[in-house]
Amino acid sequence: MHIIESGNVAAALGVKLAEAAVIAAYPITPQTPLTEKLSELVDAGEMDAQYIPVESEHSALAVCIAASSTGSRTFTATSANGLLYMNEQLHWAAGARLPIVMCVVNRGIGAPWTVWNDHQDAISQRDTGWIQLYACDHQQIFDTVLKAFRLAEIVSVPVMVCYDGYILSHTYMPFELSDDEQVRKFLPPFKPDYYLDPACPKNLNTVTLPDIRPDVRGETAPGYMEIRHNLHTDMRKSLDVITDIEKEFKDIFGRGGFPFIEPYRVNDADYVAVCMGSLSYHLRDVIDKLRDEGVSVGVAGLRVYRPFPDKAIADAFSHKKGLIVFEKALSYGNQGALFADIKAALYAKTDRPFVRNYILGLGGREIKTSELADALRNSCRPSSATTDRPEWIGLKM
Amino acid sequence: MPAKTTVLNLTEEEFVHPGNRACSGCGLSIIYRIALKALGRDTILVVPPSCLTVLQGLYPIAATQLPCLNVTFASTAAAATGVLGALRAQGREKTTVAAWAGDGGTADIGLQALSGACERGENFIFFCYDNEAYMNTGVQRSGTTPRHVLTTTTPITGKPHRSKDVPAIMAAHGLDYVATASASYPIDLYDKTIKAKALYGPRYFHIHTPCPAGWGFQPDLSVKIGRLAVETGLFDLYEIENGKFRLTGKSAKMLGKKRRPVRDYLKTQSRFKALTNDHIEAVQHEVDIKWAGYENTCQPSPTA
Repeated sequence: MHIIESGNVAAALGVKLAEAAVIAAYPITPQTPLTEKLSELVDAGEMDAQYIPVESEHSALAVCIAASSTGSRTFTATSANGLLYMNEQLHWAAGARLPIVMCVVNRGIGAPWTVWNDHQDAISQRDTGWIQLYACDHQQIFDTVLKAFRLAEIVSVPVMVCYDGYILSHTYMPFELSDDEQVRKFLPPFKPDYYLDPACPKNLNTVTLPDIRPDVRGETAPGYMEIRHNLHTDMRKSLDVITDIEKEFKDIFGRGGFPFIEPYRVNDADYVAVCMGSLSYHLRDVIDKLRDEGVSVGVAGLRVYRPFPDKAIADAFSHKKGLIVFEKALSYGNQGALFADIKAALYAKTDRPFVRNYILGLGGREIKTSELADALRNSCRPSSATTDRPEWIGLKM
Repeated sequence: MPAKTTVLNLTEEEFVHPGNRACSGCGLSIIYRIALKALGRDTILVVPPSCLTVLQGLYPIAATQLPCLNVTFASTAAAATGVLGALRAQGREKTTVAAWAGDGGTADIGLQALSGACERGENFIFFCYDNEAYMNTGVQRSGTTPRHVLTTTTPITGKPHRSKDVPAIMAAHGLDYVATASASYPIDLYDKTIKAKALYGPRYFHIHTPCPAGWGFQPDLSVKIGRLAVETGLFDLYEIENGKFRLTGKSAKMLGKKRRPVRDYLKTQSRFKALTNDHIEAVQHEVDIKWAGYENTCQPSPTA
C-alpha cells in the first residue's frame, strides 16, 4: 500500500510494524512529530507498547537501556542537543551491547541555537560504538527502521537511523507501507540471550579491573579491554550482516539492494560526488545537468557511516579519477570527518582518485543546485588534486 | 495484628554474600542486607555508581543474589522506569523494582530523573542511603552534607551551606509513601520496607547511613553513632503515608521526653571538628525548634 506521509511518520510506522515494546522520548525539534505519532498510536490502542514520556533525553536512553536489559525491544528518537545530552548513555548502551534503535533527525548543534538541518549531531557521536545508518528519502526511513532492529538484534549493537531534519522529517512523500506479514517474516521477535530475571540473577555492567579475573568457578572472564575488543570486532563483522540483511530485505520486500553505497550514474563516471542523506538525491538533478554538459560525473549516497564500509568504498571508487565529498558536518580544526575516512579507505590503493571536500548546509544554509554544479564543474578535472582542507559552499563572508 | 518483628523472626535467607567489598563498619552493609530480606527474591535492583557498586564486587564476581542493573550516575530512577516498562510489556508486573542510590546519586545528580519518575507515578521503591557526602570518591561534600562539616572539598572551615531535605522534596511530589530510616534501627527499616512493598507507585526511603571512613570514627562505633543521631533528635525516624506524617520507632518514643544534647553526637566524629561552640548551639537551637513542632503536631506512638 502506498501512502503519502511525512518522514517522521514514516519512521513511526516502521517502529509500529517492528513492534517496539518500550518507547521513551523527550521532545526536541524536528524529532517531535515522530514521537507524537507513536504516543498517538499507543494511546489509540493501535500499538501495543509502553510509551514513557521522560523528563530528559538522558533519561530516554536510560529507559531504553534498562528495558532492553530486561528483555524488551526498545526505541527512542532525538535530534541535535538532545543527542548530545545522551552522550554518556550512548557509550553505555553500546558497551552494554543493547540492540536499541534510535532515530536521529539530524539538526545543527548550538551554540548559537539553530533548529535547522545539518549532520554535526550524529557525526560528533561517531565514536560511541553505535552503528549509524543514513536514509535518503521517506521509503528509506521506513525501511531502515526495520533493518535497524534486525541488525541491532543480530549483532547486539545499538543502531542510529539518521535522516535530515525538515528536508525529510517534515516533508510529505509517497512511500510503500509494508504489511505485518512481510515485516514478521523479516523481523523475528526479540529473544535476548540474557536479561534481568530474578529466576536467573545477574549483575550487569559491574566494575571491571584493568586485567582479566577468574569467576567463582575459576573460569577466566574477559576484562574491560577484551570487552572493548569484542565490540569493535562485532562492529566490523556487522558489515557482513548488513549485506545479508539487505539481500533478505530485497527478497521479501522487493526494495533496496544497496547495503553501503547507493550509486547514481556512477558506473561510467570518471568522477563521483559522495555524501550522506537527502543531499545525494538532490545531487541527482545536478548530475543529470552536468552529464548533459559532458562532465563525466555520478553521485553515490553512503548509507552506513559506522562501521565504516572502507572496503566497499575502496572497491567502488579506487579506479575513479576523482571523488568529491560533500558534508554537512566538520571536524573543527581539521576537515570533514567523512572526507578523512574516505581518504583513509583509499590510502592502501596505489592507483587512487583525488579526493576533495566541500562543507555545506550548516545550520540549514540553503544548498543551491547552481552552487553544487559549480563545485563539481571546478573539481571534475584531470588537473584536480587531493586537498588537505575543505572548501565551503554557500559561505557569505 | 502481626507479631512484632525481631531479629529472631527475620527470614534466614541471605541475599548479600558475606566477604563483600564494603568497608569495616559500613552502615550500608547493614541496611542493604536487612532491606533485601524484606524485598525478597522476586526483586530487580537498579544501582548507579556509589559505595554499593563497590560492595557488589568486581566483575565477574557479584555479592548480591538478586538481578542488578548498574546504570549511569544521573539515570537511576529513569532506569528503574525502563525495567518497569519492560516488565509491564512482558506481563511480569509482580516483580519488585528497587533502586539504591547514595546521597549524591539521589539529592544531586539523580534528582531530576527521580523527580520525573515520581511525577509519572512509576511503581518502584527508591532507597537513598545517605552517608552525607560522596564517600565512594573520597568524601567530597554533597547536597546532604550538614552545615560546617569537613569534607575533602570543604577541608578547613567546613561546608558553608545547609543540607537539602530530600524526604520533604519527595513528599512534595505527593507520594503515597515516604519514610526515613537508620542503619542503627534495622527492624524499623525492615517493617517499613515490608509495608512499602505492599503499596503501589513511587515509594521513597531516606536512610541515615553512618560511614566510619568519611565521618571519622572507629568502625565498631557505627551503630552507636547512628543511634546518637536519632537520640539527639538530629535525624528522625518517620513515615509520611498518604500525606500523613508520623514519627516511628525510637523517634516516636522520644516525644514528650528529654533528648540528649546534639553535642553528644557531634563530638564523636572528626568531621565536626570545625564546629565552634556557637555553631553547636545553633544546631541545638534548630533541633529544639524542629522538635517543638513535633510536640505540637504529633501524637505519641501507641506502641511507644
